[in-house]
Order: sequence, then C-alpha cells, then structure tokens
Amino acid sequence: MRVLVTGASGLLGGEVAKLLLRQGHAVTTFQRRPSGVAGATDVRGSLSDDGALRRAVAGAEGVIHLAAKVSFTGRAADFDEVNIEGTRRLLRAARDAGVRGLVFVSSPSVANSGAAIAGLGAEPADPAGAHGDYARTKAAAELLALAADSPELRVAAVRPHVVWGPGDTQLVERVLDRARRGRLPLLDAGAALIDTTYVDNAASAIVAALHRMDHIHGRALVVTNGEPRPVGELLAGICAAGGVPAPAWHVPGRLARAAGSVVEKAWLRAGRTEEPPMTRFLAEQLSTAHWFDQRQTRALLDWTPAVSLDEGLERLARHYGGR
Amino acid sequence: MVAADWPGADPAWSRELDVPSSSAADEPGTVRRWHLLDNGAELALRGLTPEGTLLCVHGNPTWSYLWRSLLAAGSNPARPWRVVAVDQLDMGFSERTGTFRRLADRITDLGDLTAALGLDGPVVTVGHDWGGVISLGWALSHRDQLAGVVLTNTAVHQPDGTPIPPALRLALHPAVHRWGTTTTPAFLQVTHALARRQLAPAVRAAFRAPYRGAGRRTGVGNFVADIPADASHPSYPALTRVAEGVRGLDVPALMLWGPRDPIFSDRYLKDLIGRLPQARVHRFEGAGHLLAEDRDIASPIFDWLADSLGPNGQFTPHPEATAPPNGQFTPRPEATRPPNGQFTPHPEATAPPNGQLTPHPGGAAWEPLWAPLTSLASGTAAGDTAVAEMAADRHTARSLSWSDLEDSITHLAAGLHDAGVRSGSRVSLMVPPGVDLTVVLYACLRLGAVVVVADAGLGTRGLSRAVKGATPDFLIGIDRALAAAAALGWSGRRISVRDLPAARRRILRVETSLDELTRCGASAEAADRLPAPAPDDPAAVLFTSGSTGPAKGVLYTHRQLAATRDTVAATLGIRPGARLVAGFAPFALLGPALGAVSVTPAMDVTLPRTLTARALADAAAAIDATVVFASPAALRNVLATASGLDPAGQAALARVELLLSAGAPVPAALLEEVQRLVPAASLHTPYGMTEALPVTDISLDEIRAAEADAAAGTVAGAGNGVCVGRPVHGARAAVVPLAADGTAPGDSPVTDPGVTGEILVSAPHVKDSYDRLWLTQRESVRTPGWHRTGDVGHFDAAGRLWVEGRLAHVVTTPGAAVTPVGAEQAIEQLDGVGLAAVVGVGPAGTQAVAAAVETEPPVRRAGPAAPELAGRVRAAARGSGVEVSAVLTVPSQPTDIRHNAKIDRTRLARWATRVLAGGRPGTP
Repeated sequence: MRVLVTGASGLLGGEVAKLLLRQGHAVTTFQRRPSGVAGATDVRGSLSDDGALRRAVAGAEGVIHLAAKVSFTGRAADFDEVNIEGTRRLLRAARDAGVRGLVFVSSPSVANSGAAIAGLGAEPADPAGAHGDYARTKAAAELLALAADSPELRVAAVRPHVVWGPGDTQLVERVLDRARRGRLPLLDAGAALIDTTYVDNAASAIVAALHRMDHIHGRALVVTNGEPRPVGELLAGICAAGGVPAPAWHVPGRLARAAGSVVEKAWLRAGRTEEPPMTRFLAEQLSTAHWFDQRQTRALLDWTPAVSLDEGLERLARHYGGR
Repeated sequence: MVAADWPGADPAWSRELDVPSSSAADEPGTVRRWHLLDNGAELALRGLTPEGTLLCVHGNPTWSYLWRSLLAAGSNPARPWRVVAVDQLDMGFSERTGTFRRLADRITDLGDLTAALGLDGPVVTVGHDWGGVISLGWALSHRDQLAGVVLTNTAVHQPDGTPIPPALRLALHPAVHRWGTTTTPAFLQVTHALARRQLAPAVRAAFRAPYRGAGRRTGVGNFVADIPADASHPSYPALTRVAEGVRGLDVPALMLWGPRDPIFSDRYLKDLIGRLPQARVHRFEGAGHLLAEDRDIASPIFDWLADSLGPNGQFTPHPEATAPPNGQFTPRPEATRPPNGQFTPHPEATAPPNGQLTPHPGGAAWEPLWAPLTSLASGTAAGDTAVAEMAADRHTARSLSWSDLEDSITHLAAGLHDAGVRSGSRVSLMVPPGVDLTVVLYACLRLGAVVVVADAGLGTRGLSRAVKGATPDFLIGIDRALAAAAALGWSGRRISVRDLPAARRRILRVETSLDELTRCGASAEAADRLPAPAPDDPAAVLFTSGSTGPAKGVLYTHRQLAATRDTVAATLGIRPGARLVAGFAPFALLGPALGAVSVTPAMDVTLPRTLTARALADAAAAIDATVVFASPAALRNVLATASGLDPAGQAALARVELLLSAGAPVPAALLEEVQRLVPAASLHTPYGMTEALPVTDISLDEIRAAEADAAAGTVAGAGNGVCVGRPVHGARAAVVPLAADGTAPGDSPVTDPGVTGEILVSAPHVKDSYDRLWLTQRESVRTPGWHRTGDVGHFDAAGRLWVEGRLAHVVTTPGAAVTPVGAEQAIEQLDGVGLAAVVGVGPAGTQAVAAAVETEPPVRRAGPAAPELAGRVRAAARGSGVEVSAVLTVPSQPTDIRHNAKIDRTRLARWATRVLAGGRPGTP
C-alpha cells in the first residue's frame, strides 16, 4: 500500500519511511526539507498548507504522522499552529482522501504532570496537566486524532518514550555536548529509573501499529525498550559510547528544577533562540522515574523490540567510532 | 438526613420504620420511629433470595453507617444476605425519645424492631462496642432464629478485680461526662480518631452527621452513663444476664478484633473466648477500635458464613465439636481428604508417585514429651547428670541429675497447681534457656498449662505485642522480664524465678517465686494429684521471628510437640546417652525429652552472637559432648573467636560427632570453616520454620554433592536456590506451582523436578493452628492436610528441595514470576560483593528488578552502583535467568533482629521503590 509519512526528515521519521520501503510499501514523505530517504516520493510543504497536504495524502491508504514542533522552548502560538492545527488539517485531508488508517506519533509526556511514572500504561492525554507547550499541544492533538477514529478512517496513537540512536540530536547529541562542556549533572545521584526506545524499535512499533489497526484503533500505546535503567547509568552509557567522560557532579533534583525554570525564563527574555542549558522539563525527565507497563503494547502490536539497550549502545559506539 | 452524603452507602438502603414499643422506658401504646440501612428491598428488586439476615448493631457513638461494607457485600448475587443495620433509638437518625434507655430497654427495643420488620429465617447478629452486648441480648431471646453471632471490639463482662479502662473512667467522671459526651462533640471526635487509618473527611462527616447539636447527642451521653462500672449500677443485672447467658450459646461464633483499642483490649477478647470457646477468632494486628474502618471485615464475615452455615443459610451444627479452647480450626488430615480421589492414601510411600502427593496419615500412637525423662529418672542412670549450665568462669554453674530433674519438675508442677495454674491456663515463660527454663517448661506441660514462648529477639515492641495478644494468665520471668511486664502492662499474675526482696515484689506486683512454689510442691503429695493432659490438648504457643510481618503465635498440641521430638530423634539419631551442647533455644529444650544430657553454654542465648569458641568448648568438655546445636550467627562468632581455644578445648570439640545449625540459611562456606573446628563431626543444617521444625535436613557432604550437581547441570532441577535436602523422617514436602502473578493459587502439590512453587509440608509435627489468627490459619491449611509455608522453592530429580525465597518476595516481571535467591547467590559470587538482595519495584505483574548489594569495602552512603559494578551484577543475574534493571549499593542490608541473617526484602523493596522513583537514597 502507499503510506504517507510526515516528518520523515527527522531521525525517527526517516527510519519509519525506510522500514516501510523495505517491507515493499510505496512511501510518500511530507516535510519542509528533503527527506533524504532514497526511494520515497517527497512532497515538500508545511502543515499549515491545506493544498500541499492534499497533494501529499493523495492515493495513500495509510498515514504516519510524525511532523511536529519539538522543542523545550518557543512561542506557545507556534506550537499550537504546528502541533494542534496541523494535525487537524492532516486529519481532514486524510478523511477526504479516503485514507484507511492513521498512526499519530505522540509522546508519553502528554499524560505526565511531573510525578514519577513507575510501571504505568498509557494514561489519557491531559493538555491541562502536561508540562510545557510541546507536551500540551501534543496532548491536545492526540485527543483530536483519537476522536477522529471512525470505521472509515481508523486512528491510533503511539507514544515512543525517549527515542535515541546514532544521528539523534534530541537526546544523544545534547547529552554528549553538555557532558563535554561539564554541564550535565547527575540529578539526585542519578537513581531515577528511565526507560528509553532505541530508534529501530520505535520505528518497527510504529509500522506495526499501522498493520495492527484492527486491534488498536482508538487507543494510545506507550512504546519503549522495556529496559528501565537508572538515569545516571544510562547517561554514562551514552557518554561512554560517544567517547566523552561521564558527568561526575550532582545537583539536587528540586534545586535543579527550580533553576531550570528560572534559567529558561531568563533565556527567553534575553531573546536567545538556541536551547538553554537546562529546562525544567529536562530536569524533571532526569530526576523522576519514567518507565512503563509494556505488556499490553506488546500484545496488541504483536511486536517486541529487536534491539536491546546494550546492543543499541554498541551501535552508538560504532557510530562514533569509539569501539 | 441526606443519604447521598454517605460515601460507600447506597441511599436506597436508608429507610424509616414506625415500631410499637414494648419497652419499660415508654408508655404503653408508644410508637417509635427507627432509621435503618436495609438491603432487603434491593435484593427483592434484583430477584435475589437471601440466605439469611445479618442483624448489625452499632455502638456508641457510631450508627448504622459503620456496617456499609456488609450491606454492599450482602448484595453480592453469588451469596446474597439481607443486611439490616439499625440506628438505635436516640442514636443515628432514629427518634430522639427524651427518655433514658438502659441496656434492658435497648435489648427490648431491638426485639420490637425485628418483630415489626417481620424478620423470619435464620439471623446472624453482628455487634460492635456496646452494640455487641445488645446484639447478644437479642440473640439470647431469639434462640429459634439465631444462626450465629459476630462480635467486633466489644465486652460483656468486667473481669473481677480489674478496673474499667482509664479512657472510659474519664468519660464517666461526673466532671467530664455531660461536657465530654453531650455538650461538646469531644466523645465523637475521640472515637473517630481511634481509627488507625485516618478517616477520609467525607466519611468522618458522615459519622458525625446525625450528632450535630447537643440536643441530638443526649443518647451519646446516656449510653456512656449506662455502662455498669460496678455491681451497684442499675444495668449490672442485665449485663450479667447476657454475660452468663452467652455461655449457653452453641451457635457458630466469629470474633474479629482490632487490638489497638484503649477500651476493648485483648483481655475482653480473652473473656469472650472463655464464654464462646467455639468461636473463630482473628486479631488484626495494627487495627484499632473502629475495626470496620481499619480493615475489610466483610470478606472474613462472608467467608465464615459460607464455612459455618449450610446451603440456603440453614444453620447446621458446628462441624468441629472438639475445637481446642481458643476455637482454632484444626483439620485432621485423615478427616479432610477430599473426595475426588486426588489424594490417595499412601502412608508407606517414601518416594511420592507421579506428582500427586498424599499428606501424612497422622493419628499415630502417642508418648508424652517427658516420657524418656521419667523413665531415665527411675532407671539405673537416675543419679547421672541430666541438665547443666555453664558459668562465665568456665565452670559448671548448676546441674541436676535425672532424678533431681524429675523431682524438681513434679514439685514445681504441684506448686504451680496450688497457685492456680490449671489445665489450659496460659503461662508466659520469660526465662533464659538453662536449668530453670527446662524445669518450669516441663512442669507447665506436665499439668496441662499452655506455655507461651516469645523470645527477646523480637525486640521490645514486637515482644510486647506478642505477649499482649496471647493474654497469658501467668507470667513467669526473670527480674528484667517482670520489670518489662510492669512497665508495659502485660497481663497475667506474676511469678519470679528467684525469691525477690519484699519491696521489689511490691513494685513489680510479683505474687510468688518458682523457688517458693517448688518448696510448697515438695511438701505436698505432689504428682499423683496432677491432671494429665490429653494428647490433643494445646501445649504451647510459640512465636515466629516476625521477619515477615508481625510475629504470629503458633499453637502446638502435646501430640505435635512429642512428634517434633520423635522427628528430631529419628532424623538425627539422637538417643538416650547422647550429650548435647544447647546453643540454640528451640532444640535446647528438647534435650530431656530426647533422653539426652544437655548443657547450656555461657552466653546470652537471645543474642547468638555472644557465643565464643572458648565458651562452646568449655560446655562441650563439661559433659564430654557428642552433639552441638548452634545458630549460624553463633557459629560465626565461634569462628571469629577460635584463636581463644586452648588444647583442651580443641580436644573437646574434636570429640563432637554431630553439629547442627538451624534458624537461618547456613552458607556452605561457613560450614566448611566450622568443619575444621569439629573435624570428627557430621555437619547438618535442617530447614524448617516455627510452624514445623524441621521439614528437611541436609549434611555438608550432601550440600557439596548438590552444588556439584548444580554446577554440572546433570540433575534436572538442581540449582537456583539453597539446597535444603530431603524431607525428614515422617514428613512430606511438595510445592504448589507459582503462577505468573506471583501467587500459588492451585491446590495440587507436586514434586516434579524444576517446578517452582509454594512449599507445602505435611507431618505429624506440623503446628495445630495460628493463635487467634483464624484468617491466617484458614489460608495456611487451604490445601487439606498440608501446611502452606509461604516459602517458595522446587525439587530436583534426586528428590532434594531447593528454597528460592519467600512467596511474599517473589518479583512479578512481565510474563514471569522471579524468585530472588538464585540470582542473589549468583551475585554474591562476584568479587567485592557481600550480601545481595533482589527485589521488585513497580506494579505487580510489570515489576522491574532491582538488586541491592553490599560491597567490600562498604559504601558510605546508599545509592546507585557505579556502571562497572552494575554491569557485572546484571551479567551475573542474567546467568540465572533474571534481568536486573537497577543495581543499588548499600552500606549494610536490613536484616532480622533474631538471626541477623534474613534480609528484610519487603523493607528493601519499599526503599528501592522510593530511590528509583527519584527520591533521596537515605538509609534502607
């Protein structure tokens, strides 16, 4: 079948598009830049452009929607426009084009109010309780997407947690960059258990979701490796793979959260656009547990992660030429 | 009245009823308006026919709302019961009558109400607080309908010579009474605060709803004023009628109790047990006066109804007419074999057939515990040493010959009998192991008293809780124990070991001493007058170590104690002529029963770590010992102090033929070191528990063989746990397979190699019951004829049992239940790692595994392990099939007080959960 992948220029979107092609599907990609995915048909455009969206979705049976504004900072209205309104337009275009199934790629942060998450499943998305504009708008968009589920257009949401791998700029490069500059603290002695998702596993889960629409439409599923680790050990593993000394100093979590919030506001007032050194969101991510019950996800998707955490770290090390 | 504001109560249950009064408190022709909660209409609407009616009577100052969980449970279509919970007049939302209604009136009132309701069919009364008395009063005047009685935290009688509880004295005091109960809501507030779990604000508001304003609280004050503090009170005769009448009730009875109640303490429970000996009794350790708020009482009450009453609620006579005095359920194995043929009688088989196992046949011939002692005392060896104890100066402090021991026991028994100790009396023994304890223990058993033994290893709080719960009639102790009894308010008439100075006796309220009683007993014609206990009479309540929750009292009969002796004798070959050093209390007391000479080494037996090599050798030399009993902690100290041995001491130890270590898992490496000290001895380490001592036995040679089998992988099922050997003489062991949710739900015991499950044991020396823990007892004998140990393990193809940990410590990872011991052993093999513990964090069924390890040298603060160590630990655990998520290092593991060996994994799991959620490490 033909599948439209939005946001294919990103790490995860690119992997999803490539996996679909390997499975023999025809792939259209949709984003502002070239996707760089060999064999895919690029349609370039913005989620604000109904015409471009209609062109992209034409002839597609399935849609995987990854395009989003992903950032810890930025203007609230920009997040609203891309993440909420963009999703609304895509859903309309997909329905009009007779698309059968749509996977909305979401994030566990849509249901995270900042408390530790230990072994929970996919709780309902909560725009009011979510922290930060990214999580808030993704939560609202997920609710929109799931509400659009119908016999004609079936919709499900997949929430991969902390996707990483070679070429990842969201986590790996940030961790390595901060570690190099001595700016990566081990929060609360780094004992919080964090589960992550190696990029190949996230991609295979998302593609599985498109194939298992019968079982999952109308639902949200969290996807992870199912291998929680203390965050300090995880970051140390990433640093080791990247050939950078692991962080050695500690900042109490609560202090860091307060500091992150202050720094973030000061940074934004100063009009700077690059990422501030630590945001409240990141501090929360690094100082409280985030791991999930994967039993239902694996049963419904009939899927298991193919790349273990250790194997992923080895691939990362090979990517950086370290091992 | 706004029923919608009562959380947990269906507004449809609320109804009012006009009831003609026949009470002496009212003019003839008076009609009173009652409020009640009643699920009868709901059942009818749903087409459900109730099996009977629960008539629930609240106390002061609560109301029918207290029983909402029973109303909800009664509406269960699988077993519908009508539940009628009344608001007594002047209470709850019933009429304010302007009269003063006394106990007799309230009993009449309740009868008027049930007549107006037209209750027919079987009725089970349920009462709390003073509602308990009123419910029993109703029960006595409705015998034709009465099918059972349930009592929670109540009383019918103030034991003679004891003051009423201080809290009530205060409420009754003229200066306090009206102000405290009526003018202000103080009594209400205090009562609601007695819930051990704080009541939710909405629930507290519901309890207070009918009592807003002094005018609505008159009944509360009158209720308190109607408590008969002494015989001159107008309600005293009515109370006495109920209290005495109850003795004639032969219906099933259930008593559920919250012991942390400043008013209705354990002594009232004990009084009620004496009146209703058939009662099933469960004390919810940690729960308080408002038991129905602290614990789920609906499930046990409906389970009990199902057990006690026949189909359709028809009252059937109680199945066990010969229940022991405290009413614990005792399934005799031969009587409870299920009819489906699953258990085939097969008493002679030593190797069980294909997995389907029979419990032991039971009911064997019986010889009293003390029989060997008595026969030695009248034989040719009567003058030889029987018991001795060592002094710190390395010499024998005291010793008794067999005939001296027999005389001391019979004299003391006679003296105790004269002092009022009777068959069935509970006697708490707080005497360190040695000659005194041996004499008093056998004296008590001889006259049929039930000895209560809780050791100081429980810690002051645990010990106090245990003693109070067992409600001893007598407390015999050394000075320190008596001082604790006086300070902590333990019940029981106090007897000291030695004669005490008069002033000290007064302060400690000590009535007499063992020395004095022995003198009195010697002058009388002693032994002939003493009643002999029957084999199935209760003999002892022994407390568990409490390493897995509050210590539990375990009740043994005389037959079961004698069976323990026979099992030890047959398994270890200890016969008359053996000479043993008793460094481990439980076995030490068996010495005279085995006909073996026993000596207590100079040590604090409650602190095993105080046994030195020299003290052990001195004791061995004193009797030329052939057998040594010692706990693993004691052996560690013996090894640590081995350099203090002189050549004579080494020689004495070299003559030891058998060394036995029990009480906690004994690592093979420790035994290997011990072997060098006792080169001629066979080293054994039995496995068992307070409920069954021992279950299996293994020698060091057998441990070596088992470990070799595990390493070679040639014997199916060998490995993954601690090998504890094969079942002892007369015992059977099996497992009920573990489910993925970490429970062992089945009822078919198997011994297939490699099948992990809860370990079950069946043997003549298994305990009779848990004391006043009916729910715990019921669970432990869920599989008829077997005791469920709460341990998990598996058998190998050679018939050896491997213990994998506690059922409560099983980790439920996605798709698999993980037992801790196998992975812990693998981790402990690593360089630089000490004790390891494997625990689960997160919700059941999807837990993540955390390993906490001690390091060498120890870390200063607990926290996540360095990545290098974490990697090694993870790899080691993976080798035994366990995926570890987090590795934490701790300065030292939290262990039990008694043995200093069992890691408190429950506590560790709570700590790990907090740390791994992002909390501060602190101390585990």
